[in-house]
Amino acid sequence: MPEPILSVQDLHTHFLTDNKEVPAVDGVSIELHKGEVVGIVGESGCGKSVTSLSIMQLVPNPPGKIVKGEIKFKGKNLTYATEKQMRKIRGNEISMIFQEPMTSLDPLFTIGNQLIEAIRIHQKVSKKDAKNYSIELLNLVGIPRASEVVDEFPHQLSGGMRQRVMIAMAMSCDPEVLIADEPTTALDVTIQAQILDLMRNLNKEKQTSILLITHDLGVVAEMCDRVVVMYSGKVVEEGSVREILKDPKHPYTKGLIRSLPNIRTTEQKLYSIPGTVMRPSLDQVGCRFAPRCEHSFDSCWEENPKLLKQESGRQVRCFLYDEEKSERGVTSNDKSYT
Amino acid sequence: MLAYTSRRLLMLVPVLFGMTVITFSIIHLIPGNPAQTILGETATEEAISNLEETMGLNRNYFIQYTAYVGDLLQGDLGTSLRTKASITTEIGPRLAATIELTFFAMIFAVFIGINAGIISAWKQNSWFDFLAMVFALVGVSMPVFWLALMEQWLFAQELGWLPAYGRQESRDPIDPITHFYVIDSILHMDMKQLITSLKHLVLPSIALGTIPMAIIARMTRSSMLEVMKSDYVRTIKAKGSGQFLVIYKHALKNSIIPVLTVIGLQVGVLLGGAILTETIFSWPGIGRYVYEAINYRDYPVIQSGILVIAFLFVIINLIVDLLYAFIDPRIKY
Repeated sequence: MPEPILSVQDLHTHFLTDNKEVPAVDGVSIELHKGEVVGIVGESGCGKSVTSLSIMQLVPNPPGKIVKGEIKFKGKNLTYATEKQMRKIRGNEISMIFQEPMTSLDPLFTIGNQLIEAIRIHQKVSKKDAKNYSIELLNLVGIPRASEVVDEFPHQLSGGMRQRVMIAMAMSCDPEVLIADEPTTALDVTIQAQILDLMRNLNKEKQTSILLITHDLGVVAEMCDRVVVMYSGKVVEEGSVREILKDPKHPYTKGLIRSLPNIRTTEQKLYSIPGTVMRPSLDQVGCRFAPRCEHSFDSCWEENPKLLKQESGRQVRCFLYDEEKSERGVTSNDKSYT
Repeated sequence: MLAYTSRRLLMLVPVLFGMTVITFSIIHLIPGNPAQTILGETATEEAISNLEETMGLNRNYFIQYTAYVGDLLQGDLGTSLRTKASITTEIGPRLAATIELTFFAMIFAVFIGINAGIISAWKQNSWFDFLAMVFALVGVSMPVFWLALMEQWLFAQELGWLPAYGRQESRDPIDPITHFYVIDSILHMDMKQLITSLKHLVLPSIALGTIPMAIIARMTRSSMLEVMKSDYVRTIKAKGSGQFLVIYKHALKNSIIPVLTVIGLQVGVLLGGAILTETIFSWPGIGRYVYEAINYRDYPVIQSGILVIAFLFVIINLIVDLLYAFIDPRIKY
């Protein structure tokens, strides 16, 4: 397999809150290859966004800090990069779009001004050329009357339009990696589909690798090649979209998929995973999902489960698939994890 | 923008009307007979009725008010009871003195206040931040008269660097054109006078500007910190822009509106409330003019002084409001 364009190895990002250290990201490893779309799924507070901000080295510090791990982009280790080196990468080689299109643009500057700024930070072009290129980009992301919109202010545009502007901005320097942090969460469904289309085209035409952070399994099914499921700061399962959606292994992933409304079932009430996410803490022992898991047994409370790997690249962090631990073998019928 | 400006200008009309009603009423709100109060207890019946006649106090309120506003519209602020001179001509140079002092005090306050606030927010919790905020706290709590006296003692008396009193050397007075001495000396192309005028401005400007500076610094800092946490600042950083662009282009513009409000209010306060500073530094400004008028119960001067200060206050706030709309395209009243 070729070298991944972006790889995160054993990332630990901690936050200091009320004199307590919270491991928001606790040993996450992710790989992203050229032209690939990888989804990171998990509920609010599981560390998806912090992972993406860590890659960009934009974790607000204080209170956040990357304490351990390696982020490699095209062979360079970003954890050791200086602020100046990071600036050259941000927006240029790795771009990011955020969840909140309503507040992600500076309200006091025109769309054009902000696009031109993004272009001129990394490219030596005249203001006029940058403006023409901005209009071109706006056209490309499907904004009607682009030549007028370029002189308008963010508050004059709808949420969907603003997200398109964000995408145009992210595309402006032809990045190799696009990190999209819940890009469609704040938008209504029809707009969602358009924004996803736009990202898919970008991926297909320019071979841009996309790290798509979302809690929406529907979006994952539509967009991604591979999925990483996170829970409470840790990766609990990883595999191809097909595998994960057809045959989830981890009880959490199973729960997530069961809680999707299904047109074929006759059940009146939608399933939901009991309990809520617990706040990750440093001195915690045992599987973090154990309190909410219907299959939990003694080992789950006493030891931290390891990430078990299958040859195909499928991974799961659960004792149910550990031959030594799982005497009960509740759901496991394949023992091929090592 | 044009519609906003004209609407905002129209809103001035009721405000100005209210102002004139209040200043007009001052004289009639004096308990008892105003003429008696002005002239004192020993005044004769005749003197009282004479004064009532000249001031028109014996006519009905409506006619008196119309005459008052009519005079104001013609630029006539009335006559001083003490000097018998036209208040309009008396107040002009004093107003210029106060505006000049306020201007330099605010330049000092705004320049240092905003920059200190920005650096404090940028380097939050650093030693600079800590020192600047302690200094700002001291600045806010320090009484103006005490600071003024300390300045005079240190810089005028002990070190002899700067003059302690007045606006100019009495031996070598400036020939006034606009009564703004800095401008006048430039108009006269007189370098020596310019330096003298500026030297005279230093101590009172610092005394007057310290409190606003401290308030502006604290306001800028908190407003900047708020903006620095916002989503759009994160976007700008994600674009790969440097700190300078983030702070001086985006964060500053976004955090300046509350600071502008404070600056506007402070300018108003300085224009009207500089009596202490003007007295200590013998600055012939409007504050001292009104203060002296109060001592002499010179009601027309008090009335006009209040009116002029209030008018300036309203104008400053108008400018601030227009600036809001200029800075923030979302503001539409």
